[in-house]
Amino acid sequence: MDFDGTEVQQAVAASARKFAVERAEPAAAEADRRARFPEELVRELGQLGLLAVNVPSAFGGSEAGAVAYALAVMEVARADCSLAVTMAVTNMVGETIVRFGTEEQKARCLPRLASGEWLAGSFGLSEPQAGSDPNSMSTRADLRDGRWVLNGTKQWITSGDRAGVLIVWARTDVEAGNRGITAFLVEGGTPGLVVGRHEEKMGIRSSSTVSLTFEDCAVPASAVLGEVGHGLRVALAALDGGRIGIASQATGTIRAALDASTRYARERRAFGKPIAEFQAIAFALADMRTAHDAARLMTLRAAALKEAGRPFGQEAAMAKLIASEAAQAATSKAVQIHGGYGYIDEFPVERLFRDARVQTIYEGTSEIQRLVIARHILSRGD
Amino acid sequence: MDIQLTEEQRQVRELCRQFADSELRPNARKWDLDHQFPADAVRKLAEMGLMGVAIPPELGGAGMDNVSYAVAMEEISRGCAGTGVIMSVNNSLYCDPIYKFGTEEQKRDFLVPFARGERLGAFALTEPTSGSDAAEMRTVAVKKGNEYVLNGTKNFITNGPQADVVLVFAVTDRSRGHKGTSAFLVPGSVKGFTRSKADDKVGIRASGSCTLFFEDVVLPERFRLGGEGEGFKVAMQTLDGGRIGIAGQALGIAQAAYEEAVAYAKERKAFGQPITQFQAIQFMLADMATEIEAARLLLWRAAWMKDRGVRHSAESAMAKLYASEMCERVTSKAIQVHGGYGYVKEYDVERHWRDSRITEIYEGTSEIQRLVIAANVLKG
Repeated sequence: MDFDGTEVQQAVAASARKFAVERAEPAAAEADRRARFPEELVRELGQLGLLAVNVPSAFGGSEAGAVAYALAVMEVARADCSLAVTMAVTNMVGETIVRFGTEEQKARCLPRLASGEWLAGSFGLSEPQAGSDPNSMSTRADLRDGRWVLNGTKQWITSGDRAGVLIVWARTDVEAGNRGITAFLVEGGTPGLVVGRHEEKMGIRSSSTVSLTFEDCAVPASAVLGEVGHGLRVALAALDGGRIGIASQATGTIRAALDASTRYARERRAFGKPIAEFQAIAFALADMRTAHDAARLMTLRAAALKEAGRPFGQEAAMAKLIASEAAQAATSKAVQIHGGYGYIDEFPVERLFRDARVQTIYEGTSEIQRLVIARHILSRGD
Repeated sequence: MDIQLTEEQRQVRELCRQFADSELRPNARKWDLDHQFPADAVRKLAEMGLMGVAIPPELGGAGMDNVSYAVAMEEISRGCAGTGVIMSVNNSLYCDPIYKFGTEEQKRDFLVPFARGERLGAFALTEPTSGSDAAEMRTVAVKKGNEYVLNGTKNFITNGPQADVVLVFAVTDRSRGHKGTSAFLVPGSVKGFTRSKADDKVGIRASGSCTLFFEDVVLPERFRLGGEGEGFKVAMQTLDGGRIGIAGQALGIAQAAYEEAVAYAKERKAFGQPITQFQAIQFMLADMATEIEAARLLLWRAAWMKDRGVRHSAESAMAKLYASEMCERVTSKAIQVHGGYGYVKEYDVERHWRDSRITEIYEGTSEIQRLVIAANVLKG
């Protein structure tokens, strides 16, 4: 048993923390206000090795493991949730290529994702009418003259307009149901890949979210990621890891809410003393801290299991569920502690409150996490 | 980062789980109904080394680490929460402070037989008009030559009716506030020490608690644990460990309720299918399982920190706060899953729910845990 982490894990966390405090934090409020994608900061993440934390060094990654990755996302999210999700999705795409890609795919994509030469990787699974239920997907890919031709629309695609490479799921066999879905690597700028509307979001505003339309978008046969018909397996494996990323983001969000609230409660006075001296406020801080630690431990445990090569799907779902739900409560409480100042953009907590809201929705809603957990616990023999 | 039990810790869990399934679970309902102290089970716990888990073997204990203790507390309490608290008090609140603060002679006389489980210890801090606020303590010990004369009343003392020795806190210098309290080892046989009949409690009814009366009890100086004026320090450090025990107890109660809810839901049918097919039930079970895991990790972390000898007050408080409040939620949901059957004594979940309630109160209420945690947050 070890809760401290290895030297490498601590070093990655420290490096992410330094970047978060010095670079991300000062820019976060303005980037949010203008919904501006922080290109420069993303490139810096690449230079620090934080866009491919759990990718082998042979492909340009940091090869620091899943725990170090979780710690890094927590630190970046503590400063800027938007940047954290941009970072998390690129890492998830990289890891998915590591796991399912051919040598050629790995050699082409991973160094560019890791370095930030490609600003982002994207994950194209959701559609306007198919989110948690990929079986109702309608994007299709047809084999014509040895090339796969994609047609359809994907929705809510993080960094979809910035991505050097996108993993896109499409139906390759209409008859085969779940077994008829295939994952493809589509490079940004491929003819027929049309970037649609930039979503105007309530939170994580400096991350980019777009819809994508595929209009006879042709990719070579070598663009298939994994095997034809095995796309769902690729998606589910990616999402298990992705949930660790969002759980980490939510944990960082809770921490930021606690930090801001603690600072404010020490300074703000009412009835002749700092409001931190009132139990109504102090106990809220205690609850935030407890929720933070629970979320953090659940997230790190899932990451540690993943790193050890053990099953972690249930643990990742639990971590994502508890961390994202706790983030709702913590950010709302942080606004409450700030009173009127919590409702305006002079303080960071209104942004945290908006940023947190998506965490119970994306990469599997809380309802989907509960389904995953229930399936695990009810299928057991006991 | 490695958040898994070691092989040895896993073995402890397995051993305790088997014992709980064979010796505790089948009897817990009866002990609860009859308010009966499980003397046989406690004797067997002693044989397994569970009455002095983290005390070194040369002092009568099992020489295991505190993570093992936390795991054992969960498993024993999963079988019977009353038995769990008997074990927790002897381990955390009695043996632990004597191991930490006792002289060689005190360890020989007051620790060895208790760590072996041949005798039972108790911890007496709470009084009728002071619980969490130890500065309001009324019990006094007045020094006369080489002796102290103890007067006062302690109540809600778990293991009080059975204890062979009680660790009692008393004011030795009123003018010095917290620093004016001292701890004393008081044998049950001394003149002037009497006990009330056992309390009639909502839950944990297999364990006994009562009020202790001290009337001109004369104690030799060598019965004082720690220095004069160190009572508060002894009590606070002891409670850091005690909270690990109670967090383990709460976790075990919740785990039992959860397992019973899953088993019941798999069998019970409604509207033509097992109720596990309904999301309303599935999602309750998913939330229960998730919160139980979170409590377990908070607990393991606190115990692991204690094993490493680092300050763990806030971490123990978080484990205890979260585990106990989680326990009340989970046991309540377990009743809900059982419907009407959850409300009758034919099933165990009503007992788990009653047992859960005390975990938010003793060894520091939830409010005291929040004070400890908030102080840590605001200091940092």
